[in-house]
Amino acid sequence: MVDQQVQILRPETLIEEFKKNGVTHIITIPDSETNYLYELMEQQDWLDVVPVSREGESMAVALGLNVAGKVPVVLIQNTGMMESGDSIRGQVLDAGFPLLMVVGYRGWTRKGHTPDSAATYTEPFLNAFRLDYYLVEHDDDGPRITEAFEATRKSNRPVVVLIGDEYHGFNR
Amino acid sequence: MIEAKKVYEAFQEHRGDAIVSVQGTSGKHWADVTTNVNRDISLGGSMGQSTASIFGLALGLPEQKVVHFDTEGALLMNLGVLASIAGKKPKNFFHFLLDNGCYATTGGQPVPNSEDIDYAMVAKGAGYAAAYNFDDLEELSTSLEEIMNQEGPVFIAIKVHAEVENLPIGMREKRVSRSRAQTINDLRSELGIS
Repeated sequence: MVDQQVQILRPETLIEEFKKNGVTHIITIPDSETNYLYELMEQQDWLDVVPVSREGESMAVALGLNVAGKVPVVLIQNTGMMESGDSIRGQVLDAGFPLLMVVGYRGWTRKGHTPDSAATYTEPFLNAFRLDYYLVEHDDDGPRITEAFEATRKSNRPVVVLIGDEYHGFNR
Repeated sequence: MIEAKKVYEAFQEHRGDAIVSVQGTSGKHWADVTTNVNRDISLGGSMGQSTASIFGLALGLPEQKVVHFDTEGALLMNLGVLASIAGKKPKNFFHFLLDNGCYATTGGQPVPNSEDIDYAMVAKGAGYAAAYNFDDLEELSTSLEEIMNQEGPVFIAIKVHAEVENLPIGMREKRVSRSRAQTINDLRSELGIS
């Protein structure tokens, strides 16, 4: 039997990875899975949290921050990512700049079958946009976030980290 | 109602060294008016998202005045951005709206509720520090100095004449303009951003 403790993804793990990679701004719409992460981000004096009203704004705000020499990260849920298709196209892919998008994988389950169509269409959506992605489920996956940062810097393209937090570690 | 080019000419007198972004069919006139192209920026559209891009630029460059000439058709696609901007209170952000009441680039179809909507009231209600309506050039011209010396975010809605384009896009007059990448590179060079 696997110890459930090792399955948890602590919000501190993401904060550490953000700091390690020089992130300056998090552009976000909070979702139910990331509430504790939101509170933790707001406590960091080196990090500016930018709440937006709709996910499609987040990529555009990130472009402006990138032009200004900052290092933004987008933090949204998969449903909002799918709603943001034209922003991903026009404001990120066409603009050609490195952007890490941390995306809550609503409906994801390690068991394969899911009744939630948000999960059903997430990876097909990413594949349609030819976006590389990394699945992060627990603290042991933390280094994958730095790998994703390295991939986005190397390619000047967006790279996605899918948060498959099946055990709701983000919510504590 | 004001000619869009007259708006730009009036603004240019108070631009100083502000970074400027323009949108829509009326935006073409800015190229004839600007005197500092290295501080003109184009970050593209994506269904009304240029406002969010320029907002991001203003957040990243708090020591620079950042001016965005928006259009009502673009803003209506993403009206929630007003709350996003107001929430971060960027003191350096000046948000002009050139309201011609229609989608000029697609033949002049009216935008929803074009006759009655009050964009300045919407912006003020969203939390902008100040918001204004203008439909008279002289009134606008005499107010701009004071407006540009306020702390943002400031919203300035201006009624302009529509310049409707009905020709298929491939048959329209082509204006030489810098690419998005070129405007980004030029602005970064100007500001010393690597």
